Amino acid sequence: MNRENLLLRVRGLSTHFYSRGHTIYALDGVSFKIKKGMTFGLVGETGCGKSVTALSILRLIPSPPGKIVQGEIHFRGRELLHLTEEEIRSIRGKEISMIFQEPMTSLNPVFRIGEQMMEVIMLHQKVGKRQAYERAVEMLERVHMPEAEKVMRQFPHQLSGGMRQRVMIAMELSCRPYLLIADEPTTALDVTIQAQILRLLKEMKRELDTSILLITHDLGVIAEMCDRVGVMYAGSIVEEASVEEIFEDPKHPYTKGLWGAIPRMEEEKESLSVIPGVVPDLSHPPKGCKFHPRCSFRFDPCDRLVPPLVETSSVHFVACFLYQGKERDG
Amino acid sequence: MGESLLEVRGLKKYFPLQKGWRRERTYVRAVDGIDLSIYRGEVLGLVGESGCGKTTVGRLILKLIEPTEGEILFEGKNLSSLEKKEIHSLRRSLQIIFQDPFASLNPRMTVAEIVGRPMEIHGLVDRSRRDEKVAQLLESVGLQREHLYRYPHEFSGGQRQRIGIARALATQPKLIVADEPTSALDVSVQAQILNLMKELKEAFGLTYLFISHNMGVIRHLSDRVAVMYLGKVVEMGKKKDLFQSPMHPYTRALLAAVPTLDPKRKREEIILEGDVPSPIHPPRGCRFHPRCRYAFPRCSEEEPLFHSVEEGRSIACHLYP
Repeated sequence: MNRENLLLRVRGLSTHFYSRGHTIYALDGVSFKIKKGMTFGLVGETGCGKSVTALSILRLIPSPPGKIVQGEIHFRGRELLHLTEEEIRSIRGKEISMIFQEPMTSLNPVFRIGEQMMEVIMLHQKVGKRQAYERAVEMLERVHMPEAEKVMRQFPHQLSGGMRQRVMIAMELSCRPYLLIADEPTTALDVTIQAQILRLLKEMKRELDTSILLITHDLGVIAEMCDRVGVMYAGSIVEEASVEEIFEDPKHPYTKGLWGAIPRMEEEKESLSVIPGVVPDLSHPPKGCKFHPRCSFRFDPCDRLVPPLVETSSVHFVACFLYQGKERDG
Repeated sequence: MGESLLEVRGLKKYFPLQKGWRRERTYVRAVDGIDLSIYRGEVLGLVGESGCGKTTVGRLILKLIEPTEGEILFEGKNLSSLEKKEIHSLRRSLQIIFQDPFASLNPRMTVAEIVGRPMEIHGLVDRSRRDEKVAQLLESVGLQREHLYRYPHEFSGGQRQRIGIARALATQPKLIVADEPTSALDVSVQAQILNLMKELKEAFGLTYLFISHNMGVIRHLSDRVAVMYLGKVVEMGKKKDLFQSPMHPYTRALLAAVPTLDPKRKREEIILEGDVPSPIHPPRGCRFHPRCRYAFPRCSEEEPLFHSVEEGRSIACHLYP
């Protein structure tokens, strides 16, 4: 990979939470890279660590109870974990911004949309009120908000869910960040509104040349939006590949199980494949591969050793002993 | 097609709103004149976006709320003209599975009580044999006998939904209204619950009204599908027909909006603009016309009738006279 093209590199990231004498191993050695202009998807079920990854990158993990215990987060030549609180604050919202699932919880209910947008712009772009107002209106128009000037005077509760998410996108992109982290940006929305928001995100990415880290549990959204995908399970990335590869040829037993469990709109299945058992308790994760208690392909090393993420082709990495050494033997 | 178990005719439900100091009455027209029939042994999928009235339809059918207008016939009997005693036995035949398995189970009751209480109320078991019966039911929904005396908080979301299903089955109902039963669950757990519901339907000869916003789930489970928009059913047909050749412009847009699992497939670009209008003042004429790409003048003036266009397919749209 060309060095100049690399925007974000996360290596061996481990974040733990400490609660009532227990340690919860929320993230356990997560590594991935995001190139400029790329949309990288993180997919997985509740509690797999997708959101903790996002919050760790922005250093928003509340401490206590949480702590980033290990790892590197390299962003545009800087190591985010070594920055002072003040330095990281100048990156948040300016170079890396984030949109959340429920825009109502990230917008302040007692301030008008305009005030909230202008605050961000004035803070990061060091411009006056007048200019900030103009830029805010321009951003709202860019996200195709009808009657942008009127919306500036409105409060969040006066907008619909889709409109609020548009406001969030306008706000987060107003400083032209290098990286936008979108955590389940359409999960709270209806499908027809979701389609509007996904189209908007694609358009904004193209126009502003922003990279996106997209976190979702919806494989359809992944297929629609992403260039590369990381599948997370119990705090680790178990498979990473280009979006075409991962849908055509999923390799990890968990990925296969997940793919088979989805009732699809375009084809019918008699019954859905089921992953037996439940997600492990992360305060006592299983030894070895964390998926082994639920895996129907497990064999000798699985309950003893942790499988590393190995390359099976130039665009495909899997952490599973089924694939270790296979490529080397030919 | 079999005989119909439930018939809905011209069903309306308006919820009053008080507005202004003069207390003028306005109404949320949650359900505004729909016709449906559910045949014995089938799964009718009811699909639509939030606020389209699908949950209200479910609650009306269960007689949890009274309709403003229209009638619901269950096995030929009009629900609104039943005697008290008949209502009691009706409750036995109609059961519900809720969306949120955390809110729908009483935290102070054991599983044996939660599932056993409906049996006792309807006099299906006496107290001494209740737990035995409940244990059998638990086994049929994939739980174990040991779970009898545990409380809801000891279970995962998927297991709680299984308890909810066991409770619905406890009275040997004829029709189960399942209102978004898997929306709160992860996909791998959702798959377990959907498979279970399919098996139970065969094993107990059930009929489902399956309410969901998820087109994939609807397709997996339903035999026929009704699509709702803003208080109206806009299209109804056999699952296969509806998914393969949707007719109503809203159905088409809805299907096109769902991202598919094929990154190479270029989806048909039908993206609806704007939001769903308010059900307090729905648009005149066809309710979908402000967002419809095929709208012509008649659409904003005259409301299209819901009528049959071919065997087993009905639609409310002026494009199909």
